[in-house]
Amino acid sequence: MSETLPKKVENSKIAVHCEGVSKTFGAGNAAVHALRGVDLDVRTGELLMLVGPSGCGKTTLISVIAGVLRRDGGDCTIFGQDYKLMTEDGITSFRGLNIGFVFQAFNLIPSLTTAENVATPLIINGMKPKPAVSKARDMLIQVGFDERMMRSFPSDLSGGQQQRVAIARALVHGPRFIVCDEPTSALDGETGLKVMELLRRLGCVEDRALVVVTHDSRIYKFADRIAAMEDGRITEVVDSASQLKVLSEQTI
Amino acid sequence: MNFIALKMLFGDRAKFIGIVVGLTFASLLITQQSAIFAGIMTRTFSFLLDVGLPDIWVVDPRVKYIDDIKPLDDDAYLQVRGVEGVQWAVPLYKGSLAVRTKDGTYQSCTVVGLDDETLMGGPAMMVSGDLSYLRRSGAVIVDQTGAEGKLAHLLPGGKSIPLKVGAEIEINENEAVVVGICKVSQTFQNVPVIYMTYSAATLFSPGQRLLLSFVCVKAKPGQDLHSLCQRIERATGLRAYTRNEFKVLTFLYYLEYTGMPINFLTAVALGFLVGIAISGQTFYNFTLDNLRYFGTLKAMGASNRMLLRMILLQAMVVGGIGYGLGVGAATVWGMYMGAHTQLAFRLPWHLLVVSAVAVLVICLSSAALSIRKVMKLEPAVVFRS
Repeated sequence: MSETLPKKVENSKIAVHCEGVSKTFGAGNAAVHALRGVDLDVRTGELLMLVGPSGCGKTTLISVIAGVLRRDGGDCTIFGQDYKLMTEDGITSFRGLNIGFVFQAFNLIPSLTTAENVATPLIINGMKPKPAVSKARDMLIQVGFDERMMRSFPSDLSGGQQQRVAIARALVHGPRFIVCDEPTSALDGETGLKVMELLRRLGCVEDRALVVVTHDSRIYKFADRIAAMEDGRITEVVDSASQLKVLSEQTI
Repeated sequence: MNFIALKMLFGDRAKFIGIVVGLTFASLLITQQSAIFAGIMTRTFSFLLDVGLPDIWVVDPRVKYIDDIKPLDDDAYLQVRGVEGVQWAVPLYKGSLAVRTKDGTYQSCTVVGLDDETLMGGPAMMVSGDLSYLRRSGAVIVDQTGAEGKLAHLLPGGKSIPLKVGAEIEINENEAVVVGICKVSQTFQNVPVIYMTYSAATLFSPGQRLLLSFVCVKAKPGQDLHSLCQRIERATGLRAYTRNEFKVLTFLYYLEYTGMPINFLTAVALGFLVGIAISGQTFYNFTLDNLRYFGTLKAMGASNRMLLRMILLQAMVVGGIGYGLGVGAATVWGMYMGAHTQLAFRLPWHLLVVSAVAVLVICLSSAALSIRKVMKLEPAVVFRS
């Protein structure tokens, strides 16, 4: 597997380093080898897209990287920290401070207002609700929300608006690493592009890395690099701008 | 996280109301049935509470409870007076006699015959008349509930005229005059109570050879009541109980020989089970519905401890609201029924604690299932669409 680094990030620090990462679900004949020795580096300041067919291990890999799933073998560090050396509480706390999540189904809590949903990571990290909501409002302004929308509930919002809220929630506490699982798959094409523009604009900063799992070839142009996965392995890591067409035809 | 927990709880209005209604119903049923049971059981020994002065009650050794009258020899109280440590000892008659009211109906009444000299054991609260009037010939004092209820003169239209001072009644075909109306605690049998002197009772009673029901004893100051009981028993061959012992004896008799505890316990258990079934199930469903969001919170850095506190807070809040509404409803119902009917309803603070503990157990049991589910939840679940 060859790896080319875009100029933008060739001097950046390594945010995530995976080497020979493996993960198996079940045992015996029913065992499913979801990851079979994954090698991958993600650098700060870059947006890496993880693509591949269903069941190839993309979601398992981001789960391992994000610390929501324990790996079975190999090495994996995130900003130099190895989950294997941390306690369960340590991992939880690390996630709370350093990782932002954007989910395919948004996962906004229906009984919280938009602003309260965005404030959730801050509250989890110990901030009082009032200042947390106030900070969340500032973040929501950046994703284009007005006062009325901040007071509305997720059920009052369109899919695109909900994903903008989810992006604001992923960014509000200033995490160093953001994982996005199929962020545009529940949205129409135009809305998906707008959401990715927003994610790219607000999320891609110097000290932060983004990994986006996607099937949506229309958003490849937002990636700095694309890692293709197949059968639990990274098969190719390409520069998005130069090899996007080949990848979309062969892998997806 | 309390903020998020409460928002989640109140946000799902249908489930929140369902859980609270279940807990309210459980709390109401548990409190109400326990209070009625307590009220009825208190009535079994209410006579002992009304006759407050004696320290010791001397009875036939075969007596099992206060209404189990087994007459003593007429001079038994004289023997008791001779026991060292006794300040005074008086005879007391308690029996059941038929009273014919003005409209000709017969009503069974509890008759209490008081020591002629001291009138010890008489009602503590007179509504009209005076206790000392009992010394007049054929004089009786009637309790207010009986005077206004079962002994009242019933008119053809359904109206009734309460028995008043000066009214005449017929006790065992003997004329008697009401010289006072008093207040007494409701009795278990719920029949009117009539006070008269001991000598009047011997006249009104059918030809019984022995009439003395109890010897009521006051101990000299500083006496050990249990030692005094033993001395009385040795000297007379009778059984002597302190007031509390006699109360417990009566209470235990009703507990053991009537179906009341089983009936009330069944109702209380039903309330408990309904609480577990409705609230537990709804609370668990509430958690299941929110599992995705608990997973999201977990992924975003909420520890198991935080989630545990969230669920416990949610359980305690619905528990507190349900308990408050249930106990409040039971109290209002009890006060209303107590004022308008003969319902036995007694709600001491102990029952409030029992009810609170029951609701707490329901809440914790309900929460336990939810907590288990959330604790075992893999945060990676958030990536499953």
